Amino acid sequence: MSTTESHNETDAVIDPNAISMTINGKVVAARKGEWIIAAADRTEDFIPRFCYHPRMESVGMCRQCLVEVEGPHGPMMVVSCMTPVAEGQVVRTDTDIVKRIQEGMIELLLANHPLDCPVCDKGGECPLQDQAFSHGPGESRYVEEKRHYEKPIPISGLVLLDRERCILCDQCTRFADEVAGDPLITFTHRGNNTQVMTFPDEPFASYFSGNTVQICPVGALTAEPYRFKARPWDLQQQESTCTTCSVGCRTVVQSSYDEILRYQGVDSDPVNWGWLCDRGRFNFQSTNSPNRLATPLVKTDAGLVPESWTVALDETVRVLRHARPGSIAILGGARGTNEDAWAWAQLADLLGIEMRDAQLDDGLPAEIFGYPNATIDDACSAATVILLAPDLKEELPVLYLRLRGAAEKKKIRIIEIATHDSGLTRYAWKSVMHEPGQQAEAVQHVLSTPEMQEQLSRGAVVVVAGRSNLAEAAHNTMAAVDAIVTTVAQVSVLPVLRRGNVRGALSLGLAPRMSTDAAAILEASANGKVDCLILLGADPLSDVPDADLARRGIAGARYIIAIDTFLNKSSVHADIVLPAAAYGEKDGTTTNLEGRVTNVVQSITPHATSRPDWMIAIELAALLGNDLGILTLQDIQTRITETVVGFDGLSVSVAVRKNGVLISTPPISPLQVHQDEIIKRNAYEFRLVVARKLYDQAVATAMSQSLAALAPGAGVFVHPLDLERVGAKDGSSVRVSNNAVSVILPAHASTAVMRGTAFVPFNQQGVDIRELLQTTNGVTDVQIANI
Amino acid sequence: MSRLTDAHVALAKEIIGRYPRPKSALVLLLHLAQEQDGYITRDAMVHIAELVGVTSAEVYGTATFYEMFKFEPVGKYVVNICGTMSCALMGSEELMHHAEQRLGIKAGGTTPDGMFTLEHAECQAACTEAPCLQVNYRYRYRLTPADLDALIDDLLANRLTHEIPPHGTVAKVRQHIPSHHGVGVVAPESVTEPPVWLNGKAAL
Repeated sequence: MSTTESHNETDAVIDPNAISMTINGKVVAARKGEWIIAAADRTEDFIPRFCYHPRMESVGMCRQCLVEVEGPHGPMMVVSCMTPVAEGQVVRTDTDIVKRIQEGMIELLLANHPLDCPVCDKGGECPLQDQAFSHGPGESRYVEEKRHYEKPIPISGLVLLDRERCILCDQCTRFADEVAGDPLITFTHRGNNTQVMTFPDEPFASYFSGNTVQICPVGALTAEPYRFKARPWDLQQQESTCTTCSVGCRTVVQSSYDEILRYQGVDSDPVNWGWLCDRGRFNFQSTNSPNRLATPLVKTDAGLVPESWTVALDETVRVLRHARPGSIAILGGARGTNEDAWAWAQLADLLGIEMRDAQLDDGLPAEIFGYPNATIDDACSAATVILLAPDLKEELPVLYLRLRGAAEKKKIRIIEIATHDSGLTRYAWKSVMHEPGQQAEAVQHVLSTPEMQEQLSRGAVVVVAGRSNLAEAAHNTMAAVDAIVTTVAQVSVLPVLRRGNVRGALSLGLAPRMSTDAAAILEASANGKVDCLILLGADPLSDVPDADLARRGIAGARYIIAIDTFLNKSSVHADIVLPAAAYGEKDGTTTNLEGRVTNVVQSITPHATSRPDWMIAIELAALLGNDLGILTLQDIQTRITETVVGFDGLSVSVAVRKNGVLISTPPISPLQVHQDEIIKRNAYEFRLVVARKLYDQAVATAMSQSLAALAPGAGVFVHPLDLERVGAKDGSSVRVSNNAVSVILPAHASTAVMRGTAFVPFNQQGVDIRELLQTTNGVTDVQIANI
Repeated sequence: MSRLTDAHVALAKEIIGRYPRPKSALVLLLHLAQEQDGYITRDAMVHIAELVGVTSAEVYGTATFYEMFKFEPVGKYVVNICGTMSCALMGSEELMHHAEQRLGIKAGGTTPDGMFTLEHAECQAACTEAPCLQVNYRYRYRLTPADLDALIDDLLANRLTHEIPPHGTVAKVRQHIPSHHGVGVVAPESVTEPPVWLNGKAAL
């Protein structure tokens, strides 16, 4: 059990960076390099500000934070967001002159700012409004006409800009450039008409655009999904954790009238620093979707028909009772809470279910947790980070932000081992590009080049390991990780499996037993060995890379029981569908990719008759004659902390509601790594790379109307020279085929793709590339022909 | 409309080579684009962004700071009539009025034949020669309405092409500094000591 605090505050060693200063006569302890405003924020004395953000570089743009500092020639006014603290410094924030200057600044800012607060979304939570009251003059001397611009213009599908309200604090533009690395909005027409703008007719297409709305200190930037939905004082809010991906960003869930209306990022120091990606921020729309499952469905001759819970559960029990011993399988569980996973694992134990897997053959084996574990902070402070992972910008966006920031500030050096350019390629110290299946050679190159060896010996090394290519077997990556871990000193692994609570589910009993993973389970099902397949929020027909295997597995199962929030491609084939409560509709805890347990909260009542997964499991157990003695969520949490190794720290419940508690993972016996003989290229000249984009057909994205349109759609990306060789033009259709199947996709030229390889985004609207994937092969080779 | 021509791309690369960071060449490349098309086209900004490795939004942000970069087509000749103090006293209002009459456009407009754009200008620092104007930033001094008519006639008859190139051309003589003639660019972050002229050891 370890906690997140890395510094021991009680250390008696005198800190050479410690500084003592006074603010309004009170002695304040500060650290060298800190700004005055940051030191003041630890006291009761609030300094007004608009452009200052503790996670971004100061720019001194708004001049609102002027304070008085005693200097050699008497007191002088300084911007406290750009003046460093100093030993013996005397700062005053409450004198008459400070007050007059701050009032003057507010008056200036309001010279052009419209007083449309009653119709402004920001009204009620607006720093300008609040500080105009607390630090403003009350009245303005300006009688002139205010500046006018066209009222809100959309700068992307998600964000609207009202330039009249903008006070030019540079927060959004700085965020786009400095934090997100997407400087697609900038100040234009500098001078009298300075305004924030995109390039003409080019949207602010950043995965992080929602953060600019959150940090905007006025109502200039508003988010389309929240506009005119509520007033801040009508919102109920609770701190929670986003479970869209496994980064586990801390959020505030805001709801009104039993409907989730907005998520805001919360600054969690070890995790997300206040940022969220747009997918996580806006996919609450899916919770409110009218397509949610309302009642249990039971298959009859007329298809799936609504039934009562009593009937559906009785039917489920009948199916479970009549299954042959050892013929029940559970797939999924990574989208729920820890408590959900534990309860289902208990039910699985009860029924003697050996076939279980929380992943869908699209991750890495759970043995990845057996290596020494790294946290996000470890990765961002290591000397070297080795990426053996999918494009983090696409899959785990906020982890991308953290690593990008660390690399930009030259705190870490990134060695990327990848098959195509990723979001982090331009920030990598070295990018070692390799063909799919050739990780071993790439790793050998990294381990044997003198320059790299020297770098690897400079200090801590963190391997960021995940499934980078779904057209390639997972054990290639595992072998590569193993080769690094067994060779390099001071090494640890940050596993980047993707689904929200995949680590929790795997750690709490839904990990495969004896290597019977999802692929093996589906194979068994295809061979008629599965009487009952339980899909716990899983959709094999959409997510398992090998489409043919998924289809045969679903077809071969005698009965399918699906527990889900929506009807999906797989659950339409189910015999019984039980509606599950979604995120925001249930309390619990979740485990992020580091093994950090944080809480998720219930903000609204579950949709219609839906119930949390854990409740369904406990009820089924009772109906099967095995009362687990669980009545409440707390009962489960107590049982987890008492019985599950590594989760004993959960009882530190306060921490779980803040920065979380890290679970300890017992070392797992080393994996038997093996690597396939890499097949020689034959006539199939393109080696396939299949990976996810941020926006795909995942249910929470597809069911959020603001996000659904952002998915790029199916296509095949090849190097421009290869495209020329094929004889196709950018945008024209090509035939992609292996020896058995062929699909037709639009082709795109991209220099991010290596020659001789083809990149296809996964799970997109349009033709399904998974038809060409076979997990039995180490790699997938295809032919591309112009048509 | 148009991206930079191949010849201009070659020149752009030469210019970029003079700086430690490609984006330092941004404004010079904008001049190149304006020279090519008479104004800065959207495609040219996209192209320049690719050449110097920034986003097109950043190119746009820099370009829009400068009054003299145009983002809409302007006439072959941009006529700026000064309207500040000295010129105003010496009859620039009358001059502007005459120009508007003669060209049939208001200040800020462009003639339908695409020959002239008329603009108000602030002080052009030729107060002793008031009233003055600039055609494509080339001076004309102490103008009467009749002088203006003569100037417009000359421009229309292509009698001044040797002196006044079409809008966008900064200079007729093009400076070529191939990289082997350059002073050698050193990125600021790799500079470890003050320059020679600052270290006190330079021969003065």
